[in-house]
Amino acid sequence: MDNPNGATSNMGHSTTGARLQTTERLLLASLGLGLMALGTRGGNVRRLAFGGAGALAAVLAARGSNPVATAMKIQTDSSGETRVSDGVTIGKPAAELYAVWRNLENLPNLMRHLQEVKVLDDRRSHWTVKGPLGEVSWDAELTADEPGKRIAWQSVEGASIENGGEVLFRPAPGARGTEIVVRLHYRAPLGSTGAVVARALGEEPSQQLRDDLMRFKREQELGFHPTTEGQTSGRAAKQQEDRPQAQPGGALAQGGAR
Amino acid sequence: MKAVIWQGTNKIGVETVPDPTLLLPTDAIVKISSTAICGSDLHLLDGRIPSMEKGDILGHEFMGEVVEVGRDVKKLKVGDRVVVPFNLACGVCDPCKRGFFSACDNSNPNHRMAEALYGGVSGGGLFGYSHIYGGYAGGQAQYVRVPFADVGPFKIESDLRDEQVLFLTDIFPTGYQAAEQCGIMAGRDVVAVFGAGPVGQFAARSAQMLGAAQVIVIDRVPERLKMAEAAGAMTINYEQEDVLTALREATGGRGPDHVIDAVGMEAHGHGPGALLDELQVKAKISFDRITALRWAIMSCAKGGTVSMPGVYGGLIDKLPMGAAFAKGLIFRMGQTHTHRYLGPLLSRIEAGEIDPSFVITHRATLDQAPELYKTFRDKHDGCIKVVLNPWG
Ligand SMILES: [Zn+2]
Ligand SMILES: [Zn+2]
Repeated sequence: MDNPNGATSNMGHSTTGARLQTTERLLLASLGLGLMALGTRGGNVRRLAFGGAGALAAVLAARGSNPVATAMKIQTDSSGETRVSDGVTIGKPAAELYAVWRNLENLPNLMRHLQEVKVLDDRRSHWTVKGPLGEVSWDAELTADEPGKRIAWQSVEGASIENGGEVLFRPAPGARGTEIVVRLHYRAPLGSTGAVVARALGEEPSQQLRDDLMRFKREQELGFHPTTEGQTSGRAAKQQEDRPQAQPGGALAQGGAR
Repeated sequence: MKAVIWQGTNKIGVETVPDPTLLLPTDAIVKISSTAICGSDLHLLDGRIPSMEKGDILGHEFMGEVVEVGRDVKKLKVGDRVVVPFNLACGVCDPCKRGFFSACDNSNPNHRMAEALYGGVSGGGLFGYSHIYGGYAGGQAQYVRVPFADVGPFKIESDLRDEQVLFLTDIFPTGYQAAEQCGIMAGRDVVAVFGAGPVGQFAARSAQMLGAAQVIVIDRVPERLKMAEAAGAMTINYEQEDVLTALREATGGRGPDHVIDAVGMEAHGHGPGALLDELQVKAKISFDRITALRWAIMSCAKGGTVSMPGVYGGLIDKLPMGAAFAKGLIFRMGQTHTHRYLGPLLSRIEAGEIDPSFVITHRATLDQAPELYKTFRDKHDGCIKVVLNPWG
């Protein structure tokens, strides 16, 4: 890979390499809260958006109202923080759903970009994110814990990526269960460059969050994930030859778009 | 097994593919005894529905015998004879619990595609109807995997023939829902149905069952109009008369109290509006040609209902919203909540109020499907509804 920063020539090769790695890691970290390639799982959406059938989306994009384009935007506030939020309504009581989230070590099951969360003590935990380019970790602490209502966390001073988030649980009107709202924020070390490269890599935090929330809803309401993965088709014979190894709970097992 | 395969726009073939298998403990496998081609399959044939992929198995109107059930299937047993709704519903989400089965939150594994295209919400999954709607393999085949097996499939325990109950899977409930959501006042309301295809035929008969004072069916294909006349409907051939004038005349200047658009996005028509639609479709700016909908809005009486069982896929402009607003029209639309209607409509069939097999004009084997898609599309040979025997 070429050095995107144009590292000065008097640096040794290995140093440059190290810097690159650091850059990559920072970049990864900047995307850290939920970046996963749209590549395989979002392939269809993209084809839809930009392929022949997606003329609709193209027209919408020209008018600036394409939901795909909106989803592709990375929103940064004036202080340079990137914010992502979404919500879902689930037909279960808040206390029950809160309990699932409050078990922090379970979070990687809910938020797929998380590799691991280790609880260190009452307040502190150690978070690890894995992306296509490597691994990043940091310590976080709980800043709020209101049983059945809200959980909030924030990375501690000196974390490799400054980030935080909260999950709200509130009763949906009309006995429809619970509204879950997740808000994440993080500071992208590379600023807008990071965001642009992120987009080029096809990684998209708001889509990732949306997927996480829908998966959680289905897990809670159905107890399983609807799928078509492995079903018969006119492609079936070919697929058996090319199909990558399915990972339990991964994109394939979820019946993600092909 | 043999299956009807989408091989690309205007390319449909029959191929031998692996038999379906259970993928989840809540699935069942059904051996198909009868399966039909639907008017909405023609939107797939000509490539108007995005996200089809080569190799997709078509078909969403099918019935048969349960031959395998997953370990979590409680109600359905091997050997049960079932009709299977064309849409998949989970039965437990909020829309399902309220009876809005086609708006199920949980049955579409590709929800993100529909969310991207339609801006944040996804309907439920459909059999054999593109990847936006889940990419579920369809039932124009010898076997089919049926997910949510305890929610969708409906047992037929009487000795009614396949042809009498097969259309409970889609076109009968679809026509019925279209009429029901008009809120027809029995003995008073006049209902116009645009499109005398299979759904239009069932909509017209359903409007009659619900007590419409008069039903007027509009189309241009003589044998379709004849079929509607056979049920006692008045007909208008829009190639021979000006539709809006004819409807005004038929209703003493009021217009029909309710209007059903059983055509959807592939309406044929005349005039500058139709030409504009066609240009937009050709330029791939729009998926929809909307002559029928324009006529429906312009003809409908004050305070009436425009009920739209016809399928729309994209954006529409040049819609006479001023007319709709001035008359205070009510718009009802959407995929059919098929699950709601299975029991009640089966009772009507059993009671002899209707024999849905009236609509069948062509019976064939699965191997003949590619040819019959074209016959049906071109309305050749008096074709109104095709039923396929996968084992013939
Ligand atoms: Zn149909
Ligand atoms: Zn549902």
